[in-house]
Amino acid sequence: MWQIVHKLGSPKWFYRVSGPWLPWLWSLSVVLLVIGTVWGLAFAPADYQQGDSFRIIYVHVPAAILAQSCFALLAICAVIFLVWRIKLADMAATVAAPFGAAMTFVALFTGSVWGIPTWGTWWVWDARLTSMLILLFLYLGIIALRGAFTSRDSGSRAASILALVGVINLPIIKYSVNWWNTLHQPATFSLTRQPAMPAEMWLPLLVMVLGFYMFFAATVTFRTRNEILRRESRTRWVRELAEKTH
Amino acid sequence: MSFESVSALLHMHGYAPYVWPAWGVALGALALLALHARYEKRQLLRDIERRIRRERVNHDTQA
Repeated sequence: MWQIVHKLGSPKWFYRVSGPWLPWLWSLSVVLLVIGTVWGLAFAPADYQQGDSFRIIYVHVPAAILAQSCFALLAICAVIFLVWRIKLADMAATVAAPFGAAMTFVALFTGSVWGIPTWGTWWVWDARLTSMLILLFLYLGIIALRGAFTSRDSGSRAASILALVGVINLPIIKYSVNWWNTLHQPATFSLTRQPAMPAEMWLPLLVMVLGFYMFFAATVTFRTRNEILRRESRTRWVRELAEKTH
Repeated sequence: MSFESVSALLHMHGYAPYVWPAWGVALGALALLALHARYEKRQLLRDIERRIRRERVNHDTQA
Protein backbone atom coordinates (compact mmCIF):
# COMPACT_ATOMS: atom_id res chain seq x y z
CA MET A 1 0.00 0.00 0.00
CA TRP A 2 2.66 2.51 1.07
CA GLN A 3 4.78 1.58 -1.90
CA ILE A 4 1.92 2.54 -4.24
CA VAL A 5 1.36 5.85 -2.43
CA HIS A 6 5.02 6.74 -2.68
CA LYS A 7 5.21 5.72 -6.31
CA LEU A 8 2.21 7.97 -7.03
CA GLY A 9 3.97 10.73 -5.15
CA SER A 10 7.19 10.35 -7.12
CA PRO A 11 7.73 13.43 -9.30
CA LYS A 12 9.60 11.48 -11.95
CA TRP A 13 6.80 8.91 -12.23
CA PHE A 14 4.17 11.66 -12.39
CA TYR A 15 6.11 13.51 -15.09
CA ARG A 16 6.25 10.42 -17.28
CA VAL A 17 2.64 9.32 -16.78
CA SER A 18 0.97 12.75 -17.07
CA GLY A 19 2.64 13.62 -20.40
CA PRO A 20 0.29 11.66 -22.68
CA TRP A 21 -2.78 13.08 -20.88
CA LEU A 22 -1.99 16.70 -21.69
CA PRO A 23 -2.98 16.86 -25.38
CA TRP A 24 -6.35 15.31 -24.50
CA LEU A 25 -6.98 17.68 -21.62
CA TRP A 26 -6.06 20.73 -23.71
CA SER A 27 -8.17 19.69 -26.73
CA LEU A 28 -11.16 18.72 -24.61
CA SER A 29 -11.08 22.04 -22.77
CA VAL A 30 -10.76 24.06 -26.01
CA VAL A 31 -13.63 22.14 -27.67
CA LEU A 32 -15.91 22.57 -24.63
CA LEU A 33 -15.03 26.26 -24.23
CA VAL A 34 -15.65 27.02 -27.93
CA ILE A 35 -19.00 25.18 -27.93
CA GLY A 36 -20.03 26.84 -24.67
CA THR A 37 -19.00 30.30 -25.90
CA VAL A 38 -20.87 30.13 -29.20
CA TRP A 39 -23.90 28.53 -27.56
CA GLY A 40 -24.02 30.89 -24.61
CA LEU A 41 -23.36 34.10 -26.53
CA ALA A 42 -25.36 33.54 -29.70
CA PHE A 43 -27.88 30.73 -29.29
CA ALA A 44 -29.13 30.67 -25.70
CA PRO A 45 -32.37 32.67 -25.36
CA ALA A 46 -32.21 36.07 -23.67
CA ASP A 47 -33.49 36.27 -20.10
CA TYR A 48 -37.02 37.70 -19.86
CA GLN A 49 -35.96 40.12 -17.09
CA GLN A 50 -32.25 40.73 -17.59
CA GLY A 51 -32.18 40.57 -21.39
CA ASP A 52 -28.77 39.83 -22.89
CA SER A 53 -26.81 40.97 -19.82
CA PHE A 54 -27.51 37.54 -18.30
CA ARG A 55 -25.01 36.03 -20.81
CA ILE A 56 -22.30 37.05 -18.32
CA ILE A 57 -23.45 34.03 -16.28
CA TYR A 58 -21.58 31.74 -18.71
CA VAL A 59 -18.20 33.03 -17.54
CA HIS A 60 -19.14 34.26 -14.06
CA VAL A 61 -20.45 30.99 -12.62
CA PRO A 62 -17.67 28.73 -14.02
CA ALA A 63 -14.99 31.11 -12.69
CA ALA A 64 -16.65 31.24 -9.26
CA ILE A 65 -17.00 27.43 -9.11
CA LEU A 66 -13.35 26.97 -10.10
CA ALA A 67 -12.21 29.58 -7.58
CA GLN A 68 -13.73 27.45 -4.82
CA SER A 69 -12.79 24.01 -6.22
CA CYS A 70 -9.22 25.20 -6.57
CA PHE A 71 -9.14 26.22 -2.91
CA ALA A 72 -10.49 22.80 -1.92
CA LEU A 73 -7.60 21.30 -3.92
CA LEU A 74 -5.14 23.51 -2.02
CA ALA A 75 -6.52 22.23 1.29
CA ILE A 76 -6.36 18.56 0.18
CA CYS A 77 -2.77 19.05 -1.03
CA ALA A 78 -1.93 20.72 2.28
CA VAL A 79 -3.14 17.66 4.25
CA ILE A 80 -1.25 15.24 2.00
CA PHE A 81 1.91 17.33 2.28
CA LEU A 82 1.74 17.96 6.03
CA VAL A 83 0.77 14.40 7.01
CA TRP A 84 2.64 12.20 4.53
CA ARG A 85 5.34 14.67 3.41
CA ILE A 86 4.56 13.97 -0.25
CA LYS A 87 6.31 16.74 -2.20
CA LEU A 88 4.24 16.28 -5.33
CA ALA A 89 1.18 17.53 -3.41
CA ASP A 90 3.10 20.66 -2.44
CA MET A 91 4.14 21.22 -6.06
CA ALA A 92 0.50 20.99 -7.19
CA ALA A 93 -0.50 23.45 -4.45
CA THR A 94 2.23 25.85 -5.56
CA VAL A 95 0.89 26.08 -9.10
CA ALA A 96 -2.82 25.86 -8.21
CA ALA A 97 -2.76 28.97 -5.99
CA PRO A 98 -2.18 31.55 -8.78
CA PHE A 99 -4.81 29.79 -10.91
CA GLY A 100 -7.34 30.06 -8.09
CA ALA A 101 -6.47 33.70 -7.54
CA ALA A 102 -7.04 34.41 -11.25
CA MET A 103 -10.43 32.64 -11.18
CA THR A 104 -11.49 34.55 -8.05
CA PHE A 105 -10.52 37.82 -9.72
CA VAL A 106 -12.48 36.87 -12.86
CA ALA A 107 -15.55 35.94 -10.76
CA LEU A 108 -15.39 39.26 -8.88
CA PHE A 109 -14.79 41.31 -12.04
CA THR A 110 -17.54 39.69 -14.13
CA GLY A 111 -19.89 39.90 -11.14
CA SER A 112 -19.22 43.62 -10.74
CA VAL A 113 -19.78 44.29 -14.44
CA TRP A 114 -23.00 42.28 -14.29
CA GLY A 115 -24.11 44.15 -11.18
CA ILE A 116 -24.16 47.55 -12.91
CA PRO A 117 -27.16 46.90 -15.21
CA THR A 118 -28.96 44.41 -12.92
CA TRP A 119 -28.47 45.77 -9.38
CA GLY A 120 -27.57 49.37 -10.25
CA THR A 121 -24.25 49.06 -8.43
CA TRP A 122 -20.95 47.31 -9.11
CA TRP A 123 -20.34 46.42 -5.47
CA VAL A 124 -22.26 45.82 -2.24
CA TRP A 125 -20.76 44.65 1.04
CA ASP A 126 -23.02 41.65 1.32
CA ALA A 127 -22.04 38.19 2.49
CA ARG A 128 -21.45 36.51 -0.88
CA LEU A 129 -19.35 39.29 -2.36
CA THR A 130 -17.37 39.93 0.80
CA SER A 131 -16.58 36.24 1.35
CA MET A 132 -15.36 36.00 -2.27
CA LEU A 133 -13.13 39.03 -1.71
CA ILE A 134 -11.74 37.29 1.38
CA LEU A 135 -11.06 34.24 -0.80
CA LEU A 136 -8.98 36.44 -3.13
CA PHE A 137 -6.99 37.77 -0.15
CA LEU A 138 -6.47 34.21 1.12
CA TYR A 139 -5.05 33.18 -2.25
CA LEU A 140 -2.76 36.22 -2.34
CA GLY A 141 -1.72 35.54 1.26
CA ILE A 142 -0.86 31.91 0.46
CA ILE A 143 1.19 32.94 -2.58
CA ALA A 144 3.04 35.66 -0.62
CA LEU A 145 3.63 33.46 2.43
CA ARG A 146 5.17 30.72 0.31
CA GLY A 147 7.65 33.18 -1.13
CA ALA A 148 8.47 34.85 2.20
CA PHE A 149 10.79 32.13 3.52
CA THR A 150 14.36 31.44 2.50
CA SER A 151 13.85 27.73 3.12
CA ARG A 152 11.42 26.16 0.66
CA ASP A 153 10.15 23.67 3.23
CA SER A 154 9.21 26.38 5.74
CA GLY A 155 7.35 28.28 3.01
CA SER A 156 5.51 25.13 1.97
CA ARG A 157 4.44 24.38 5.53
CA ALA A 158 3.28 27.92 6.22
CA ALA A 159 1.31 28.06 2.95
CA SER A 160 -0.26 24.64 3.73
CA ILE A 161 -1.37 25.75 7.18
CA LEU A 162 -2.91 28.95 5.81
CA ALA A 163 -4.75 26.88 3.18
CA LEU A 164 -6.16 24.64 5.93
CA VAL A 165 -7.25 27.60 8.05
CA GLY A 166 -8.73 29.36 5.02
CA VAL A 167 -10.84 26.41 3.96
CA ILE A 168 -13.42 27.47 6.57
CA ASN A 169 -14.28 30.25 4.11
CA LEU A 170 -15.64 27.76 1.54
CA PRO A 171 -18.85 26.76 3.42
CA ILE A 172 -19.30 30.44 4.31
CA ILE A 173 -19.24 31.36 0.60
CA LYS A 174 -21.58 28.50 -0.28
CA TYR A 175 -24.22 29.20 2.36
CA SER A 176 -23.81 32.98 2.40
CA VAL A 177 -26.80 33.37 0.08
CA ASN A 178 -28.99 31.36 2.48
CA TRP A 179 -27.74 32.63 5.85
CA TRP A 180 -27.83 36.35 5.14
CA ASN A 181 -30.06 38.68 3.17
CA THR A 182 -28.37 39.32 -0.11
CA LEU A 183 -28.81 40.73 -3.58
CA HIS A 184 -27.05 37.70 -4.97
CA GLN A 185 -29.20 34.96 -6.45
CA PRO A 186 -28.93 31.39 -5.08
CA ALA A 187 -26.98 28.64 -6.81
CA THR A 188 -27.94 27.70 -10.36
CA PHE A 189 -26.99 24.05 -10.05
CA SER A 190 -27.84 21.74 -7.20
CA LEU A 191 -27.85 17.96 -6.84
CA THR A 192 -31.36 17.82 -5.43
CA ARG A 193 -33.36 20.33 -7.48
CA GLN A 194 -34.02 20.99 -11.13
CA PRO A 195 -32.31 24.22 -12.26
CA ALA A 196 -34.70 27.18 -12.12
CA MET A 197 -33.95 28.02 -15.75
CA PRO A 198 -34.85 26.19 -18.98
CA ALA A 199 -32.46 23.63 -20.49
CA GLU A 200 -31.52 25.94 -23.41
CA MET A 201 -30.04 28.25 -20.77
CA TRP A 202 -28.36 25.88 -18.33
CA LEU A 203 -26.95 23.36 -20.84
CA PRO A 204 -24.44 25.85 -22.28
CA LEU A 205 -23.58 26.79 -18.69
CA LEU A 206 -22.87 23.16 -17.88
CA VAL A 207 -20.63 22.95 -20.98
CA MET A 208 -18.73 26.05 -19.87
CA VAL A 209 -18.29 24.71 -16.32
CA LEU A 210 -16.89 21.44 -17.70
CA GLY A 211 -14.66 23.39 -20.10
CA PHE A 212 -13.27 25.44 -17.21
CA TYR A 213 -12.66 22.26 -15.20
CA MET A 214 -10.78 20.63 -18.10
CA PHE A 215 -8.76 23.79 -18.56
CA PHE A 216 -7.98 23.77 -14.83
CA ALA A 217 -6.85 20.13 -15.02
CA ALA A 218 -4.68 20.83 -18.07
CA THR A 219 -3.04 24.00 -16.69
CA VAL A 220 -2.37 22.63 -13.22
CA THR A 221 -0.97 19.36 -14.61
CA PHE A 222 1.21 21.25 -17.10
CA ARG A 223 2.56 23.66 -14.48
CA THR A 224 3.05 20.90 -11.90
CA ARG A 225 5.36 19.34 -14.48
CA ASN A 226 7.15 22.70 -14.77
CA GLU A 227 7.51 22.79 -11.00
CA ILE A 228 8.98 19.26 -11.08
CA LEU A 229 11.57 20.42 -13.64
CA ARG A 230 12.40 23.43 -11.46
CA ARG A 231 12.84 21.49 -8.21
CA GLU A 232 14.55 18.47 -9.73
CA SER A 233 16.69 20.44 -12.16
CA ARG A 234 19.90 18.91 -10.77
CA THR A 235 18.79 15.31 -11.10
CA ARG A 236 20.09 13.14 -13.88
CA TRP A 237 16.75 12.42 -15.54
CA VAL A 238 15.83 16.13 -15.83
CA ARG A 239 19.24 16.99 -17.26
CA GLU A 240 18.90 14.28 -19.88
CA LEU A 241 15.41 15.51 -20.70
CA ALA A 242 16.58 19.12 -21.10
CA GLU A 243 19.39 18.04 -23.43
CA LYS A 244 17.04 15.94 -25.51
CA THR A 245 14.49 18.70 -26.08
CA HIS A 246 16.95 21.44 -27.01
CA MET B 1 -29.78 31.89 -33.04
CA SER B 2 -31.30 34.48 -30.74
CA PHE B 3 -29.99 37.42 -32.81
CA GLU B 4 -31.09 38.58 -36.25
CA SER B 5 -27.60 39.54 -37.45
CA VAL B 6 -23.96 39.73 -36.45
CA SER B 7 -24.29 43.44 -35.65
CA ALA B 8 -27.24 42.65 -33.38
CA LEU B 9 -25.09 40.04 -31.65
CA LEU B 10 -22.32 42.60 -31.17
CA HIS B 11 -24.81 45.15 -29.89
CA MET B 12 -26.36 42.67 -27.37
CA HIS B 13 -29.56 44.79 -27.31
CA GLY B 14 -27.69 47.57 -25.53
CA TYR B 15 -25.82 45.33 -23.07
CA ALA B 16 -22.61 45.26 -25.14
CA PRO B 17 -20.65 47.46 -22.66
CA TYR B 18 -21.23 44.83 -19.96
CA VAL B 19 -21.23 41.49 -21.79
CA TRP B 20 -18.07 42.00 -23.86
CA PRO B 21 -15.72 43.28 -21.13
CA ALA B 22 -16.82 40.46 -18.81
CA TRP B 23 -16.21 37.83 -21.48
CA GLY B 24 -12.99 39.50 -22.59
CA VAL B 25 -11.49 39.47 -19.10
CA ALA B 26 -12.60 35.87 -18.46
CA LEU B 27 -11.32 34.36 -21.73
CA GLY B 28 -8.28 36.68 -21.64
CA ALA B 29 -7.36 35.32 -18.20
CA LEU B 30 -7.55 31.74 -19.50
CA ALA B 31 -5.37 32.65 -22.51
CA LEU B 32 -2.77 34.35 -20.30
CA LEU B 33 -2.65 31.37 -17.90
CA ALA B 34 -2.05 28.96 -20.79
CA LEU B 35 0.57 31.15 -22.50
CA HIS B 36 2.40 31.73 -19.22
CA ALA B 37 2.56 27.97 -18.58
CA ARG B 38 4.11 27.35 -22.01
CA TYR B 39 6.58 30.21 -21.67
CA GLU B 40 7.60 28.97 -18.21
CA LYS B 41 8.36 25.49 -19.52
CA ARG B 42 10.49 26.77 -22.39
CA GLN B 43 12.40 29.08 -20.06
CA LEU B 44 13.05 26.30 -17.52
CA LEU B 45 14.38 23.85 -20.10
CA ARG B 46 16.59 26.55 -21.60
CA ASP B 47 18.04 27.45 -18.19
CA ILE B 48 18.78 23.82 -17.30
CA GLU B 49 20.43 23.22 -20.65
CA ARG B 50 22.50 26.38 -20.33
CA ARG B 51 23.75 25.31 -16.90
CA ILE B 52 24.77 21.91 -18.20
CA ARG B 53 26.79 23.54 -20.98
CA ARG B 54 28.44 25.94 -18.53
CA GLU B 55 29.39 23.09 -16.22
CA ARG B 56 30.88 21.23 -19.15
CA VAL B 57 33.01 24.25 -20.15
CA ASN B 58 34.23 24.66 -16.55
CA HIS B 59 35.02 20.99 -16.39
CA ASP B 60 37.04 21.14 -19.65
CA THR B 61 39.09 24.21 -18.67
CA GLN B 62 39.97 22.67 -15.33
CA ALA B 63 41.17 19.44 -16.91
